[in-house]
Amino acid sequence: MSVKEITAEHIEELEVLAAKYPVRRSALLPMLHYVQSVQGMVSPKGIQTCATVLDLTPAEVAAVATFYTMFKRFPMGKHHIGVCINTLCALLGGDDLWKELTETLGIGHDETTSDSMFTIERIECQAACTVAPVMTVNWEFMDSMDPAKLKELIEKLKTGAPVQSTRGTLITSISDSERLLAGFNDGKVNDSPDADDSMLAGLRVAKERNMTAPIGKGVR
Amino acid sequence: MGLTPVLTAHWDEPKSFDIENYQKHAGYVALTNSLKMTPDEVIGVVKDSGLRGRGGAGFPTGLKWSFVPQNDGKPHYLVVNADESEPGACKDIPLMLANPHSLVEGVAIAAYAIRANHAFIYIRGEVPHAIRRVMNAVEQAYAQGLLGKNIKNSGFDLDVVVHTGAGAYICGEETALLDSLEGRRGQPRLKPPFPAVAGLYASPTVVNNAETLASVPSIILNGADWFKSMGTEKSPGFKLFAVSGHVKRPGIYEAALGTPMSELLDYAGGMKQGRDLKFWIPGGSSVPMLTPEHIDIPMTYEDLAAAGTMLGTGTPMMFDKTTSVVKAVSRWLEFYKHESCGKCTPCREGTYWITGVLEKFEHGVGKEHELELINDICGQIAGRSFCALGDAAATPFPGAMKYFASEFEEATRKPVDVSFPPERTKIFSTVGVM
Repeated sequence: MSVKEITAEHIEELEVLAAKYPVRRSALLPMLHYVQSVQGMVSPKGIQTCATVLDLTPAEVAAVATFYTMFKRFPMGKHHIGVCINTLCALLGGDDLWKELTETLGIGHDETTSDSMFTIERIECQAACTVAPVMTVNWEFMDSMDPAKLKELIEKLKTGAPVQSTRGTLITSISDSERLLAGFNDGKVNDSPDADDSMLAGLRVAKERNMTAPIGKGVR
Repeated sequence: MGLTPVLTAHWDEPKSFDIENYQKHAGYVALTNSLKMTPDEVIGVVKDSGLRGRGGAGFPTGLKWSFVPQNDGKPHYLVVNADESEPGACKDIPLMLANPHSLVEGVAIAAYAIRANHAFIYIRGEVPHAIRRVMNAVEQAYAQGLLGKNIKNSGFDLDVVVHTGAGAYICGEETALLDSLEGRRGQPRLKPPFPAVAGLYASPTVVNNAETLASVPSIILNGADWFKSMGTEKSPGFKLFAVSGHVKRPGIYEAALGTPMSELLDYAGGMKQGRDLKFWIPGGSSVPMLTPEHIDIPMTYEDLAAAGTMLGTGTPMMFDKTTSVVKAVSRWLEFYKHESCGKCTPCREGTYWITGVLEKFEHGVGKEHELELINDICGQIAGRSFCALGDAAATPFPGAMKYFASEFEEATRKPVDVSFPPERTKIFSTVGVM
């Protein structure tokens, strides 16, 4: 797959990011997310562009880009799929999900399918242990997964059928997610669901059993 | 003690994350009240409340704020640590999803107290859903003049930037987070100087956990005594407990500190399929594990420390009797190896060696004397590493050996998947109970 060129328009948006901070270099991580949203990877050209905008050397930018696992130095597919293989998710079924995913797509960790549809990754704890085992599509969560749901998920993504993340929005592409991570709000805040069962578990018990925090003068 | 919904009180309402809903419940009144107080008075209330950091270390929040030097002529910064990545920790992300305005209001109050005109909310990169909600909350607050220039005609200015990480657990360590926020590799700095003196851009900086700051508006609104009416003397207030693992209803349980695990487990419906609890970890994989005999210990900083572990993030992971301790520990060590930043030798090399040896035990070919070797390496990492990640990496193994030495011994002869078939441990399993 050919990597998209960075244009003058893109550089303008990189400048917007740099201008958000008292010290421009602080924008480097968001800028690398931005480059990834444009190119599907952090390419040598992307590194050079960030260096130019921030008046750094390419080596300084490369040192940062290579430190963080979310930045890829190979072109990702349209969708990035993660399976949490940290202890809790792995034991509760994540290991099975990973096996199922690799067998279904015929690729391994940090690899991309030949049709450039999927890049898959063994990912560490996603801070969603109450809904384990967890998978991510373009970093949007797919909670409480099992092998059957995984198969259905992949099938839908392949055919372009709508897939709603359990905590996020309709799945689009890794490129769109990266643009949000760079700091450009996609305005989809109302598209994701309200609090799920796991988030409401305690509140429901409290209501059932008439338990509240002490009533304060401020009433909240 | 009981459940005490404060942060979670309105999560069951439609669009609980929206400013309209937040303001229905006295949202941003605490900010208005704070702006009528002096910054030192605000610090005084938070100090009186006894609020302690909810990110793991439990440092008193008001005290931390008071360390920022005044009239030093330098800009001050507030940085929110929302890089929640500790295995087992899953409370800041739901909080930011369902109630991001409590965080934004807490940020504004804290920034006012420490005389900062610039705040950064550093959220891990892997959670676009939470980032979207916090971005929206910040934009809504700006639109109502609750952030920006001359907030509520107080003369106080505050700019808030939502910043995303890019996949590095080490950035939860506050000085690594600051380096990352400066656009560098997220590697920890030598302390002292502490961030309160030389933090972001070498200026006085306070780094607070997201849940800590989200707890502040309710304290300002209801007073320090109200907060202290929950919890214990040394661990006052409420806390988001995120209970995960083999329980019937994993989820967020907001309760007073001092609530014992047995009570939280009852709220969570008990263990799945009526299986027995085998071991549990009170607050992330970086704190030592406990067994069923510890289940009535009050969940406080002091009581858990007395039991040889820590409250940590207050996010208990519960594992039933089908779980292999050896496998659990081995996987956590893989995590620490992956996340070691490489800056210091004990952590970088030690985690590498431990995982190699533990793998042999997973396959049932570990040697008895190698248990001593792992223990020795842990001893070489703990206290000899640059930051707390090394200490954390040296925690799971000795913690497990304390209660489950025989299981490691068994793993010198028998693969763990034979002793503990994974089929039984996974939750979508159709295989019957042992």
